[in-house]
Formats: sequence, C-alpha cells, structure tokens
Amino acid sequence: MCTTCGCSSDENEIRFTKMGEVPTHSHNGHHHHHHDNEHLDHHHDHDHHHHHHDHDGDHNHSHEVSVVQLEKDILHKNQLTAERNRGFFEALNIFSINLVSSPGSGKTSLLERTIADLKDKVSFSVIEGDQQTTNDADRIHKLNVPVIQINTGKGCHLDSEMIAKAVKELKPTQNSIMMIENVGNLVCPAMFDLGESKRVVIISVTEGEDKPLKYPDMFYGSQVCIINKIDLLPYLKFDLEKLKESARKVNPHLEFFEVSATSGEGLQPWYNYLTQSVNQ
Amino acid sequence: MHELSVVSSIVKTAEQEVQKINGKMVLEIYLEIGKLSGVEMDSFHFVWPQCIQNSVLENARLFIDEPHGKAKCAECRTEFDVEKLYDSCPKCNSPFKEILVGKELKIKKLIIK
Repeated sequence: MCTTCGCSSDENEIRFTKMGEVPTHSHNGHHHHHHDNEHLDHHHDHDHHHHHHDHDGDHNHSHEVSVVQLEKDILHKNQLTAERNRGFFEALNIFSINLVSSPGSGKTSLLERTIADLKDKVSFSVIEGDQQTTNDADRIHKLNVPVIQINTGKGCHLDSEMIAKAVKELKPTQNSIMMIENVGNLVCPAMFDLGESKRVVIISVTEGEDKPLKYPDMFYGSQVCIINKIDLLPYLKFDLEKLKESARKVNPHLEFFEVSATSGEGLQPWYNYLTQSVNQ
Repeated sequence: MHELSVVSSIVKTAEQEVQKINGKMVLEIYLEIGKLSGVEMDSFHFVWPQCIQNSVLENARLFIDEPHGKAKCAECRTEFDVEKLYDSCPKCNSPFKEILVGKELKIKKLIIK
C-alpha cells in the first residue's frame, strides 16, 4: 500500500454503521476478513463485458504474448451497480437523492429540517457519507428515521457499490424517499453515478458566485440546485442572479430552490418538489 | 482524489485479465482518457507509479490517448470542438448540445505476457 496517498483499496477500510446497532467492518479487495456481522461482506466479482482474445493456442507459454482488445470502460463496474441500484429504486417507487456540495454548505442541516418537517407525510431513509465519524448520522438518528453512516476512510466520494451494501442494510420501504448525503467534495463525486433518481447540488450564499464555473462537472451532472443560507443575504455582497447565471451556463436544465435551512424561508417549494416526486 | 479510484480500477481489471489467460504480466497498456472525462492527468500520473507497484502492471508501458472534446449542437446541428463542458455553439450560441467525443474513460488494449 502507498503510504503517501493511501492507494490500494484492498487495505482502505470502509466502515458501515447502522445507527442503533453495533458498528461493523467491511473490507474491499480480494481478501475478505470475515467478522461476526458477515452479512455486510459481499463479493462483487460479476463483471459482464464483451471482448476479443487473441490466443496462440489454449495455454500461455512464458514467451508468448497475447493482445487483449478490451475496450472496457474504467468505471464500468460502478456503472453496472449504479444501474442495478436505479432499478431497485424504481421498482419500489423510492425517490432517491444524491446530495452533493462542498463541505459546510449546510447539507446535513437541510436534511434535518426537511426530515423533521416531512416525516409525518412520507417515509425517509438516509445514507450518510463522510471520511470519519458518525456525527452526521447521529444527528439524523435523533429524528427517528433509519440511517446508516458510511465512513470512506481515505476515500473522497461514495460509489454505487457502497450504496448497494447500505441499501441492503437499511431495507427502505415502498413509496419512500432515500436521501444520500455524499462526502463533502465538489469534485470527485461527480464521476460516480450512485443510481440515484436525482442529483441535487447544494451551494450556500457564503460561497462564490462563480463556483459553478469552477466546478462545472458537478453542476453539469446535477438536475437540481439548492441555494442555501439565504437568511444571510442582508450581510453579504452576494449576487443571487449572478450565481444562477453561472450555474445555467454550465447546465441550462438546472431547477433552483432558494432556501434557508435555519430560518425556514423558501422550504415549501422544495418540500412540494419532494412529495410530488414520490407520488408520481 | 478520485484519480486513485480510477487507477485502482485499472489495476484490478488488469489483474483479472492477466489471470483469465494465465498470463504473468502486462507489457503494454493502452488507455483512452478524453479531455472531458473529468480525470486530472497530473494527478493520474502522480498516483500511477505508486498504485502499480507489486501488480501485473508494475513494468508495463503506458500509452494514453486523450481525445479532444467534440459536440453537436442540439439546435442547429453544427459540430464543434469543445474545451469545456459548457461551451456554447459557435454558430447559434445555444448551450444545448450532445457530447460526441471527449468523455471516454476506458482501457483499450492490454499486451499480456
């Protein structure tokens, strides 16, 4: 394993903690260490792809060279699992949201507020992603909805495999909303489809108006943009229209919601959007 | 640093392919990483040597094709080069487009001994 960048997913320990239960471990890679909670260890070795082999005979001698025309998408495995997740969500009419943003934009606060206000109307389940701690999941757990914390260790994003494992633990019900709070990171999560119904990028008014232009992949890959902390606007020189303009430049299809998770301003349209999406 | 995930994925796939044909090691690996794929090439080259250590790719020669972005305007159907995902059509200025080339992220070929 590389001690500088921590590379080699074989040894990077990814932890799943379902709130209300004893923490368990899950190791990625070829060598699995089986603990008491074996149900969280999954082998995902099913790779389906088509390629052509150039063989010289049935077996390979040490001096023989084979050309393998692979044409294989590098994130192929993640894509496959993402589509499986997507199928699962569609079959059970679960509206799943991948919440992405910089750290500190107010993702967890918005989630807390949303769930507190809506949980009598609709069922929620939550997947929290952070490098370390169960702090976010602890906050959600206080609202009495099923939540699982994924600690990525050195990882900087959630991937579809982690979601697949977490969903098996959470057992979400039909016609519910699944909130996936991704690791706070405006770069890497953009590349990893989790199988979500919608990707929601959250940006707060204490960030720069040109952020969408600086981090285009994230805004390009999202369908909804929530602008948070609008209660702070009177104290800032922030131009809301300029932000929306730069976001629209990267992704003209973005749907905007302007909210304050703390004051409650602007939340109703966001709630309507959620309840309508489940009722479809 | 998701370039780590990308390279780890490449190493895993290479290991699988070598094992499939009872090979020993990869002599050459050909990748296609488009300019719009979201992969930062400096980071990629930074993590590559570390990640291939003690793997079948340890002594492999690395060839990377980096196709430039190309898109087709959704409104006027003009094909044009794109540097950024959000570049507008040079003819009609529409931001709506279909990306034709540039988002590739794949292993094209492996030469295995």
